[in-house]
Amino acid sequence: MLIGLLFFFGQMPITVVATTDSISLKPPTNLRAMDTPNDHGESITLFWDRPLDISNIEGYQIFREAEDESLHLAGYAPVNKTEYLDQLGLRNNVEYQYSMRSINPEGVVSIFSELPPVVTAYPQWFKKNEVNILIMIIIYLGLVVYFVRIARKGKKIFLRRIPGLDALEEAVGRATEMGKPILYVPGIWPMDEIGTIAAMNILKPVSKKVAQYESRIIVPCIDPIVMNVAQQTVKEGFTEAGRPDRYNQDDVFFLTSAQFAYAAGVNGIMVREKPATNLFLGVFFAESLLLAETGNATGAIQIAGTDRVPQLPFFVAACDYCIMGEELYAASAYLSEDPRLISSIKAQDWGKMAILISLFFGSVFSIFGLRFILSWFSAG
Amino acid sequence: MRRRLPVIIAFGIGFLMLIQYFIPHPRSEEFYNVIVQQWFIIIFAFMYIFALRSFFMHHITKVKRKKEGYIFSAVAMVSVLFMLLSGLITSRGPFFDSLYNYMIAPLQGTMFSLLAFFIASAAFRAFRARNVQATLLLVTATIVMIGRVPIGDYLWRGMPDLVEWIMTVPSMAAMRGIRIGVGLGAVATAMKIMLGIERSYMGGE
Repeated sequence: MLIGLLFFFGQMPITVVATTDSISLKPPTNLRAMDTPNDHGESITLFWDRPLDISNIEGYQIFREAEDESLHLAGYAPVNKTEYLDQLGLRNNVEYQYSMRSINPEGVVSIFSELPPVVTAYPQWFKKNEVNILIMIIIYLGLVVYFVRIARKGKKIFLRRIPGLDALEEAVGRATEMGKPILYVPGIWPMDEIGTIAAMNILKPVSKKVAQYESRIIVPCIDPIVMNVAQQTVKEGFTEAGRPDRYNQDDVFFLTSAQFAYAAGVNGIMVREKPATNLFLGVFFAESLLLAETGNATGAIQIAGTDRVPQLPFFVAACDYCIMGEELYAASAYLSEDPRLISSIKAQDWGKMAILISLFFGSVFSIFGLRFILSWFSAG
Repeated sequence: MRRRLPVIIAFGIGFLMLIQYFIPHPRSEEFYNVIVQQWFIIIFAFMYIFALRSFFMHHITKVKRKKEGYIFSAVAMVSVLFMLLSGLITSRGPFFDSLYNYMIAPLQGTMFSLLAFFIASAAFRAFRARNVQATLLLVTATIVMIGRVPIGDYLWRGMPDLVEWIMTVPSMAAMRGIRIGVGLGAVATAMKIMLGIERSYMGGE
C-alpha cells in the first residue's frame, strides 16, 4: 500500500500553492544526505532537524531527483523521525539531489527545505562498523593457536569431568550386555550447522567404542549430506577399532527429510528395536521431547546434547544425562583425549573469562555513564 | 594427499567465508550466493540420489527378511514412489498438492500435537520434589504457569509481574550464560576445523 501511495504521489505534478496554512507550516531544516556506510551501495541516508513547531505536522515528504529522473516523491517519514533510509530504486554512482517538505493531516504542504549537496551511493569494501568483531576473532584465534602450541610441548591441560560423556562408555557397555543396539540421532539440521558438525565429531569415538564392544549402532539421518558424512565417520570408527567387518552401511540410513515424519520414524525404531542406549546429539527443535519421551518409555539409557537452549529443559526432564551447549562442542576433544583438541577448550575458557571481566567492568562503568566498553560489543 | 586435500579445501572455503562476512560489496554477496546457494543446491541434489538409494536398500532388506514392522517399510516405499510419480506425472499439479495438504500435513500436525501430552508426562516426572533443586524447580514452574494464565492475576495482582521478573532476570541470565558458551564454542570449533586440528567429521583423526 505504501509503495502504491508513493507511486501515486510520485506521478503527480509537483506544484506548491502558497496558502496561509502552507506558509505557517515549516519544512525540516539542516537536511543532510550521505551514502549509507558499510553496505553494498544502492542506499542513501538522510538526516534532518525537526521544525521548531511540529504541532500541526503529520510527517515529511522526501523528494529525489537525478540527471535521468525528474523530481518525484521518493518516501515519507512520520513527524517524530529525523532519519530516513532511501533504498527504493537507487543506483550506484549516480548523483542524487534530495529535498523535503512537511505535510499536515489535511494534506497541506510546506515549502521545500534547503537543498543539501548532491550525493552518490556506492558500495564499500569493508564493514568498518564490525571491526570490533574482527579484532575479537583474531585475538581468539591467537588464543587457540597459543594453547595448541602449549599442548604440543606436552603440557598437561586440566579438563573438568563431564558426566554425560563419562557415561558413554557405560551406555555402550550396557547395550552390549543386553545384546541390543545403540541409537544415535544426529539432530535435524544440515551439515553446514556447527551443532551437526559437533554431532559428527562425537559419532567417530562413539562408533569406535561400539566396534570395540562388538555392538551395533543405528544412525537414522534426516539430511542426505549428513547421511553420507555419518556413513563415512562410522565406517572409519569401525576400521580404527580393527573391526571393519562389523560395519553395516544399512544401519546408517536416510529416513526422511520432514521434521515430524523423522520424529515418527525414529520413535518407531525405538519402539520396535528397543535400543538399550539412545544418544541425541546435535541440533534439535520441537521433536526433541517427542524423541526423548519415547526413549524414556522404552527404558533406554539416554544421553542428549544440544546447543539449542530452548530444547535443553526437555532433554534434562526426559534423559539420564544432558550435555549442555558448549559441552557438545567440547565432547569430541573430551572423548578423543587429543591434547591439541583439549587445548582449544582452554582458549574457550579464557574467552569466557574475558567476557566475564568485560561484563563486570561494562556494568560498573555504565552505572557512571561511561559506555565505551558496551559500545565495543555492539555491532552495526 | 587424501587427508590433506579436504583440510586445504575446508581451510580455503572457511577463510573466504570469514573474509566475505566483512565485505559488503556486491561481488562479495555474489560469491556468497554462488557458494552457499548454488553449490549447496547442486551437492544436495546429488546427495539425494544416495539418500534414496539408502532409503530403499534399508526398507527392501527389512521386507525381504520380514523383520518386525516390515509392513511399515512396504508402506513407506509405496508412499515415496506414489508421491514421486504423482509429482512427475501431474507436474506438481492440484493432485500432488492435495496429497501434500490432506495427507502429509495432517500427519505432521498429528505428530506435533502429541507434544502436549509428552510435555505433561515429562513435566510430571521433572517436577517431583526429590531434593532442594527439584523443589525449587517445582515452585518456580508452578508460579510461572499460574502467572501466565488469567487466574494468576485474579489470585494476586503482583503475580504477572513476578513471572515477568523470573523470565527476564534469573531465567534470562542462565540462558545468556549458556549462549555465551555456545557462541565461543562454535567459533572455537570453526577455527579447529579451519586449521585442520579437528578432522573427526571427515572420518580421520
